[in-house]
Amino acid sequence: MIRALAWVLRRDLLLAFRRRGDVVNALVFFVIVVSLFPLGVGPEPNQLRGMAPGVLWVAALLACMLSLARLFAPDHQDGTLEQMLLAGEPLVVLVMGKVISHWLVSGLPLVLIAPLLGLQFDLPGNALAVLGVSLLLGTPVLSLIGAVGAALTLGVRGSGVLVALLVLPLFVPVLIFGAGAVGATVAGTGAEAHFLLLGGFLALSVVLAPWACAAALRIAME
Amino acid sequence: MNWGSWQNFVAMGGYGFYVWGAYVVTLIALVAEIVGLIMRRRGVIERLAKYYAARRRNNESEA
Amino acid sequence: MAMSKSRRFSLYYFSSPQSFYPLAGALQPWFAALAVLLCAVGLYIGFFVAPTDATQGEVYRIIFIHVAASWMSMFLYLVMGFWSGVGLVLNTRLSSMVATALAPTGALFTFLALWTGSFWGKPTWGTWWAWDARMTSELILLFLYIGFMALQSAIDDQRRADKAGAVLALVGTINIPIIYFSVKWWSTLHQGASVSLTSAPTMAKTMLLGMLIMALGFWMYSIAATLARVRCVILERERHTDWVEAEIGRQTT
Repeated sequence: MIRALAWVLRRDLLLAFRRRGDVVNALVFFVIVVSLFPLGVGPEPNQLRGMAPGVLWVAALLACMLSLARLFAPDHQDGTLEQMLLAGEPLVVLVMGKVISHWLVSGLPLVLIAPLLGLQFDLPGNALAVLGVSLLLGTPVLSLIGAVGAALTLGVRGSGVLVALLVLPLFVPVLIFGAGAVGATVAGTGAEAHFLLLGGFLALSVVLAPWACAAALRIAME
Repeated sequence: MNWGSWQNFVAMGGYGFYVWGAYVVTLIALVAEIVGLIMRRRGVIERLAKYYAARRRNNESEA
Repeated sequence: MAMSKSRRFSLYYFSSPQSFYPLAGALQPWFAALAVLLCAVGLYIGFFVAPTDATQGEVYRIIFIHVAASWMSMFLYLVMGFWSGVGLVLNTRLSSMVATALAPTGALFTFLALWTGSFWGKPTWGTWWAWDARMTSELILLFLYIGFMALQSAIDDQRRADKAGAVLALVGTINIPIIYFSVKWWSTLHQGASVSLTSAPTMAKTMLLGMLIMALGFWMYSIAATLARVRCVILERERHTDWVEAEIGRQTT
C-alpha cells in the first residue's frame, strides 16, 4: 500500500514538475489577488492590517480551488484514472496520494509565500508566523475537501465554476478559524484554540474525505 | 389581542412595512411554488403525450 | 407450499415508483389541507391571540414565519440527505427521486428564512443584513442547497446525478454542525455580547404555540409540495414504462 502511495506521489510530482507553468500560474494568481485588495480599499495601514487575515485566507481558498481542475481531470482524460480504479490497490490510498501531491504543489507554496505577502499588509512578525502555521494546517483540509468536489464534478460541463459552488461553503469553517487565528494574534489574544480546531478539522477530513472522494470517483466513472 | 381597528392591524404599531413585507413575500413565494408545480405537471403531461404520440407514429410508419 | 389467503402487507411495496405514484397522489391533498388548516390556526394565534411584545412591539410577529421557515430549511436538508443516502446505499431509485424533489422546497424556505430575518433585523437592529450566526448559517445553507441542485442538473446521466448528489448531500450534512459552530463562534467574537437576531426576549406561551403550529403547517406544506414534485419527477424519469404511458393516456383523454 505504501508503495502504491509512493508511486502516485512520485508520478503526480513528476507530472507537476514537467508542467511547472501550471503550478506557478496558481501561485501568481494568489499574489495578484492579494495585491488587488489594497488597490481596491486604499493603503491605510490600520485598515490593511485588519483586512489582512481575511484577504490572505480568501485568496488562498481561491487559489486552491483553481488548482483543483488539475487534480483528476488530466488523469481522467488520458485514461489513467480508469486504470487506478481497476488496480488492485485500495482507491482510498491512491486518492490520498493524489491529494498529498496536490497539496505539495498547490498548498505548500502558499504556506511559504503568504507570510511574505503579509508584510504588504503590515502584519507583525508573530502574526506572520501564525499565518504560516494556520495555512499549514488549513490548506491540506482545502485539498482534501476540494478533492471530493473535483471528483463529484469530473467530466461535467461547467465543472470549473461548479466545483467552486460546491466546495466554497464547505471551506467556511477553515476560513473562519484560519483567518481568526491571525486576527487573534494581531489583537493579542491567543490562537491556540484556533490551531486546535484547525487540527481537528484536519484530522476529521483526513479520515473522511479520501473515503468520500473514492466513492465520488467510482460514481463518476461507472 | 384586540387590534381595535383595521388601520391598527395594518399599521402593526408602525412596523407595518416590515411585518407585511415579510408575510406578503412569504405568501407570494409559496403560491409561486404551487403554481410552478401545477405548471410543471401540465408541462410534463403535455410533453410526454407528444412523445408517446410521436413514438407511436414512428412505430406505425416502420411497421 | 401452503397457500395463505392473506398477502403480507409490506411497506416496501411503496418503494417502487409505480406504486408510490398513486399513493403520493392520494396523500397530497390531505397534507395540503392540513397545511392550510395549521397555517390558518397559527396565523390566527400569531396575530390575534399572542400579545404585543414588551421590547419589540408588533414587529416580533415576523417570528411566526421566520422561525418556522428556518426550522424547515434545516429539517428538509437533513431529510434530503437521509433519502439520498438511502438511495446511494440501497440503490433505490425512488429515494433519490424524493431527495431531488425536496431540494427546491428546502431552498425556498431557506430564502424565506433569510428574507423574513432581514425584514425583522432592519427595524430591530437597524441593518437589512446583520452577520449574526443564524443568518450567516442560513446563507451558507442556501449555498449548499443551490450546490446540490446545480450538481444534479449539470450531470446528464440520471443515476450518476442521484449518487453524486447523495455524496454531496451527505458531506453537507456532516458539515452543517461544523459550519454552524464555526459561524456562531465567529459571530460572538465579532459582535461582543451576542444578542441573537432571532431571539424574542420574553416568550409568552401563546407566542411559542403560534410558532410551533406555523412550523407544523410549513412541514405539512413541504410534504404536500414534495409529493407533488416527486410525482412529476417520477413521470419524467419513468417515461419509458408502460404504466406511465397508460397514465399519460388517462390524463389526456
